[in-house]
Amino acid sequence: MKYSTYLIKYAEIAIKGKNRYVFEDALMHRMRLALKQIDGEFAVSKTQGRMYVDCKSDYDFDELIAALKKVFGINAICPMVRVEKKDFDSLREEVIRYVSEEYPDRNKTFKVFARRADKSFPVRSTEMNCALGEAILTAFPEMKVDVHTPEIELNVEVREDVCIYSKQIPGPGGMPIGTNGKAMLLLSGGIDSPVAGYMIAKRGVKIDAVYFHAPPYTSERAKQKVVDLARIVAGYAGTICLHVINFTDIQLAIYEKCPHDELTIIMRRYMMRIAEQIAKENDCLGLITGESIGQVASQTIQSLSVTNEVCTLPVFRPLIGFDKQEIIEISEKINAFETSILPYEDCCTIFVAKHPVTKPNLSAIKRSETKLEDVIDELVQKAIETDEVINVI
Amino acid sequence: MSIYLDNSATTRTFDEVTEYMTRIMKENFGNPSSMHMAGVNAEKEVKIARETIAKILKADEKEIIFTSGGTESDNLALIGCALANRRAGSHLITTKVEHPAVLETMKYLEEQGFSVTYLDTESDGRVNPETLKNALTDQTILVSVMHVNNEIGAVNDIETLSGIVKSYNPAVLFHTDAVQSFGKLNVNPKKLKADLVSVSAHKIHGPKGVGFLYVKDGTKIRPILFGGGQQKGMRSGTENVPGIAGMGLAAKLSYQDFESKTGAMYDLKRYFVEELLNLDGVSINGIVTDGGKITDEAVRQTAPHIVSASFEGIRAEVLLHALEAKGIYVSSGSACASNKPAVSNTLLAIGLPQKLLDSTLRFSMSAETTREEIDTTLEVLADELPKLRRFIRQ
Repeated sequence: MKYSTYLIKYAEIAIKGKNRYVFEDALMHRMRLALKQIDGEFAVSKTQGRMYVDCKSDYDFDELIAALKKVFGINAICPMVRVEKKDFDSLREEVIRYVSEEYPDRNKTFKVFARRADKSFPVRSTEMNCALGEAILTAFPEMKVDVHTPEIELNVEVREDVCIYSKQIPGPGGMPIGTNGKAMLLLSGGIDSPVAGYMIAKRGVKIDAVYFHAPPYTSERAKQKVVDLARIVAGYAGTICLHVINFTDIQLAIYEKCPHDELTIIMRRYMMRIAEQIAKENDCLGLITGESIGQVASQTIQSLSVTNEVCTLPVFRPLIGFDKQEIIEISEKINAFETSILPYEDCCTIFVAKHPVTKPNLSAIKRSETKLEDVIDELVQKAIETDEVINVI
Repeated sequence: MSIYLDNSATTRTFDEVTEYMTRIMKENFGNPSSMHMAGVNAEKEVKIARETIAKILKADEKEIIFTSGGTESDNLALIGCALANRRAGSHLITTKVEHPAVLETMKYLEEQGFSVTYLDTESDGRVNPETLKNALTDQTILVSVMHVNNEIGAVNDIETLSGIVKSYNPAVLFHTDAVQSFGKLNVNPKKLKADLVSVSAHKIHGPKGVGFLYVKDGTKIRPILFGGGQQKGMRSGTENVPGIAGMGLAAKLSYQDFESKTGAMYDLKRYFVEELLNLDGVSINGIVTDGGKITDEAVRQTAPHIVSASFEGIRAEVLLHALEAKGIYVSSGSACASNKPAVSNTLLAIGLPQKLLDSTLRFSMSAETTREEIDTTLEVLADELPKLRRFIRQ
């Protein structure tokens, strides 16, 4: 079946009040950006509170659906057939043809749901429901009406022209990117952080990201892997500004001067500090991490509160209550998993102590950090100066 | 300027080769199977390459089959001969230190019902003739032993090994993977008494995606690719004309002034190895030492281009990236990733201590490598090793 138009359903935006248009315009903007990436000419429009994608040229159905499924804010995509509005007899014929093409096996229950937005059309909605239902039953005796739980809900909308549709393809949900400010994602090469970025982006938040690398302990390939992960998230979140920070000297200083069982915690505190500074310089209103309670030593509640202590911006941890398997499922859904499990060393894993502290004490950690006093400010400053900005599209 | 010491991974394409191939792609793009002039001209280029290579091998032109590289050559040799000689027996012999192109093909053949014996090597990486002798059975149809080991540069005495096989039963076929030796050592299949020899172009400054298999005239072998029947049906598919021509030229250039070039490479290798041993905590793999001393004779028993060195207390990957930061490209003896140690078969087989398995780098030179480049590398190593040893994972 060839669809000429798609009805785009959006859920949460509809309940917004006077600034509803802000959300709708953002959604249309995001849809246009997504459609620019694929072959074909499309027009995105909004009329009477409904949003449509009209296909102005040949296009590939699967490609179009895949593109729209990455636009946050879309609740469902309904492929429609648009026919010219004439008299009721010709409408009946179109509906019969639609059913015969769309459901070749026909052995289904159905219900007609007609809407007459154009009141000049001579047949009323309820009359249409009955007349079209009767026509379908006559044409295809194997079909049955079920008004409560039909397998097919056949929508017929009479407006400037007539739209017929019966299928709903679920969209990603969420809110359009750009409607909820910007936040800085701490992106590593692992499974969790890309998922965390995806989840916050889903709420309409624009994403920037920071990655800490530690050459020669981490490789160019590890960095490329992070760029690739950022690109996967950018498929949903739009362009991501990725900041690559050289963390080697800080890490070596911590290693030399601080107790080894506290390495990871202290390292994470400096990562948060640097991330926050870059976030503030780039108008980000929060930090995003992929932490989940208890997953590793640095993610116990005690560790989280010790790392959290250095931040003034809110830290969003969308995976905080997720099990690893639940995170992996989302990672697979957004196609990040295979890239995430590529075996390159990242800077969190190089200097891991055999028995890191799991219940760090804030004052003890602060005491250890004083051992860095004479060098750390300069090292942090130098690290921030190494900031290499990569625009990931 | 970077210092490229990873010539066993691949080599810089000779400028002459690039220019020659470009010219063929632009002006001589015909299909060698076409009947018209464009086809004839393309066929000529393939013929020139075939002649050049046959001359280097001291073999007959019809004994060369062009392939897509070392991996296909190994696959064709092993699968093609195993299937064609199935009736004579179902036992194959190879070594534990072969390239994956051989080892994985052997695994596939095991799934197809063949039995395979994987020979151990001595601590210098070479196969002991006695070990091979004991593995032969009346079911054996094919033996595959690499000429030069790609990780430590050990050179197998192919002539002796194949001699043992042939005197046991002349019908048993002998294959050698010469990917790391062609261009660096003399490869003469008749002298080596090898029925099958695999070679790849990009290890000798030729293009990637092309290689050849020498198949001794009269050898029973079946094709593994089917199609238009090119190369007498042994390897269907339109010939990779620019690639084949480029390989021919690269082979010719590699064997020009051959004795003096390899002599210089051996001198450089010996110098490099001796200087490496002067650094703290460095040991060399694959060269037999005479009470800690490296003799010229011992060096000359190995390949001229490969140096395998272990650096105590340092992770190979970290040292590799530290060298990379200074523009020096090498390769790690065993590709280790966090939590997923993929330990090298060769390093295990030569009995390298556990703690050095993940501390081994391979430096591989070419005839283009200079003394200055080696000196710079040694200086950088002398500088980096103590620095890196300060930070050791607990």
